[in-house]
Amino acid sequence: MLDQSYYRKTDEIIDHYGRKPASLIPIMQDIQAEYRYLPGELLTYVASQIGVTEAKAFSVATFYENFSFEPKGKYIIKVCDGTACHVRKSMPVKEALMKELGLSHKKHTTDDMMFTVETVSCLGACGLAPTLTVNDEVHPKMTPEKAVDLLEELRGEKA
Amino acid sequence: MKIMSKDDLLSRQREVQNNIDNYTCRVLVCSGTGCMASGAQKIYDEMVKLCEDIDGVQVEMQQDIPHLGVIKTGCQGLCELGPLMRIEPYDYQYVHVQPEDCREIVERTVLLGQPVERLFYRDDDKACPHPDDIPFLNQQTRIVLENCGKIDAESIDEYIGAGGFQALAKALFEMTPQEVIDEVSKSGLRGRGGAGFPAGKKWSQVARQKEKIRYVVCNGDEGDPGAFMDGSVMEGDPYKMIEGMIIAAYAVGAENGYIYVRAEYPLSVKRLRMAMEQAEAYGLLGENILGSGVNFHLHINRGAGAFVCGEGSALTASIEGNRGMPRVKPPRTVEKGLWEKPTVLNNVETYANVPKIILQGADWFRTIGTEGSPGTKTFSLTGSIENTGLIEVPMGTSLRHIIYDIGGGLKSGAAFKGVQIGGPSGGCLVEDQLDIPLDFDSVKKLDAIMGSGGLVVMDENTCMVEVARFFMSFTQRESCGKCVPCREGTKRMLEILERIVDGKGEMSDLDELEELGSMVQSMALCGLGKSAPLPVISTLKRFRSEYEEHIRDKKCRAKVCTALRQFHINAEFCIGCGKCAKNCPAGAITGKIKHPYHIDNDLCIKCGACKDNCNFDAVYVEA
Repeated sequence: MLDQSYYRKTDEIIDHYGRKPASLIPIMQDIQAEYRYLPGELLTYVASQIGVTEAKAFSVATFYENFSFEPKGKYIIKVCDGTACHVRKSMPVKEALMKELGLSHKKHTTDDMMFTVETVSCLGACGLAPTLTVNDEVHPKMTPEKAVDLLEELRGEKA
Repeated sequence: MKIMSKDDLLSRQREVQNNIDNYTCRVLVCSGTGCMASGAQKIYDEMVKLCEDIDGVQVEMQQDIPHLGVIKTGCQGLCELGPLMRIEPYDYQYVHVQPEDCREIVERTVLLGQPVERLFYRDDDKACPHPDDIPFLNQQTRIVLENCGKIDAESIDEYIGAGGFQALAKALFEMTPQEVIDEVSKSGLRGRGGAGFPAGKKWSQVARQKEKIRYVVCNGDEGDPGAFMDGSVMEGDPYKMIEGMIIAAYAVGAENGYIYVRAEYPLSVKRLRMAMEQAEAYGLLGENILGSGVNFHLHINRGAGAFVCGEGSALTASIEGNRGMPRVKPPRTVEKGLWEKPTVLNNVETYANVPKIILQGADWFRTIGTEGSPGTKTFSLTGSIENTGLIEVPMGTSLRHIIYDIGGGLKSGAAFKGVQIGGPSGGCLVEDQLDIPLDFDSVKKLDAIMGSGGLVVMDENTCMVEVARFFMSFTQRESCGKCVPCREGTKRMLEILERIVDGKGEMSDLDELEELGSMVQSMALCGLGKSAPLPVISTLKRFRSEYEEHIRDKKCRAKVCTALRQFHINAEFCIGCGKCAKNCPAGAITGKIKHPYHIDNDLCIKCGACKDNCNFDAVYVEA
């Protein structure tokens, strides 16, 4: 059961976009921006409020890659694997991160909920390939070593 | 303060121009995605702080005092050399600016007008003080990007000062909607989103519909990996495309418009929102634009990570709040688009071309580019190239000119292998195609598409089979699953390609790839599916021998495909420390301390741990 505050926040978001079916995607985006994931219970609630079926809401949410029903870490690291980053060797960067964090292709988030590592198709900073973002902040010209250093830096911020 | 007439607009322009002329000095900090990633925000903050400390100087727009401006511009082009900075009126271009350089820049350039030479771009050791001295910049023709990097990307005043919204005023007060459409038709402007459909034709088809509620939609869902032109336009000069959209709305009689921006471009969304708010406050957007009685409301929608939403009918479905899946056409978007109403759907660059066409006329536009594809094209130049960045050149420019003269050739002098044009929907062009003048029609004949304009240069260290696999895995992942040819076809093609890069391919696989490819191409429902096989078909045609080597000889000449690599130890360099053996997870390395070690390639899992851990460079890879 989610805390009542989640529903209050969701009501605010729904009111901002209006109670109509076309608001579904922007509402889901804002909820996800708030909680770093999309709690299924809230989606059910949103569906009832804007006049779409629960099935429709879930079908839309699962279609788009950006929505996640799983809670994500405090730092969401998106490694760009667009063409430019790919030919400038982005995958070793991701592998180094996953190895350092003990993640796998099935496990994207660390147990302490600090880090989530994902792949993204293109961040539009191709001139500085390979790149990654940490919570939307772009880090240019990565190497596996720099990526691991970055993790250290982020861990330091916590301490 | 609303601008209620054409005269109001003109006097506002004069006022802004006057303000800008009164600056003793303007510091333009590039704040495109690339430079922001390299730390441009810190540079901007530092410059503002230092300049504010100077006595008698104020860092803002005010008249009658000696003042200077520190502004954030859009992309100045040379992304790899960021953070970039330009200083007017001296027209100096600085590259690789670091926060510790700022004090010297203020003391020497801002206060005294002297250059800081060590921050100049160097072309073969020759210093290039001004943007026009830099080969990457001085060989471009900038129409869409004319303001990008030169004006404050967050100030509508600067856009007005640069002549912005004059085209809108001309359209609203001197032209009928039909005349606007005719001018755009006559200009020969073709949609810059990829297919190159004539924009004027699209507009007139919408204007002809019986249904009176119409929409104008901008496709800013630049999903091609390796392309960032539209993002740069939205970030660097959002006003221009908004002006283009308002003109389109006037031409077809639409009162509402939508901009669909991909979620991965947060800066574009931010700058567009700012631009829309400012335009509304000035009466250039919303009700009664410029006092003309014309209304146009603009909305912004963020994508949610689906490449297929770049396809017209999927994009409108997404705006409506549905799964972004394409539908069968006809009816086409011009007849039944957003909410089943006639819809003009063009991309960012197309709209950004419109104001200049209205202002300077179709005949002027036709003097640039080729007969069949007038105007310019923006490209993002990336991959294994010396100068990566954003460029704009006339249609008909050859790839050789783009890669060698503008881009400075391949990175570290590597040998050219191919250039991917049009992203995962495009094809790969090779050496003997570099001199062909590039436009919508010529590129189609080469089994490629212009796409939105991503150019990824690949050198001898790129494996073409692996690249084909990479693109196929992208389109397969992004396939929406609605039609069988694309859903199943891309999956099967990917499986075959994965087999080949794994060293398990068979010669018959190549025929099967070709057959599947042509099936998907002819039967898929939408553009994503129809073009998905192109990277495979074009690499099969031009690099067939590389495919055959992977299958027959189990060899990857670029040494990229992990399964086909062989690790060896160079006995001359190996001192026998045993570190490699300790790190080998497969127990494939044996030897005696102080004697050269040996790798058993039958046991080796090709992870590369030995190479990464060798302190003496004794481990080498053989294809």
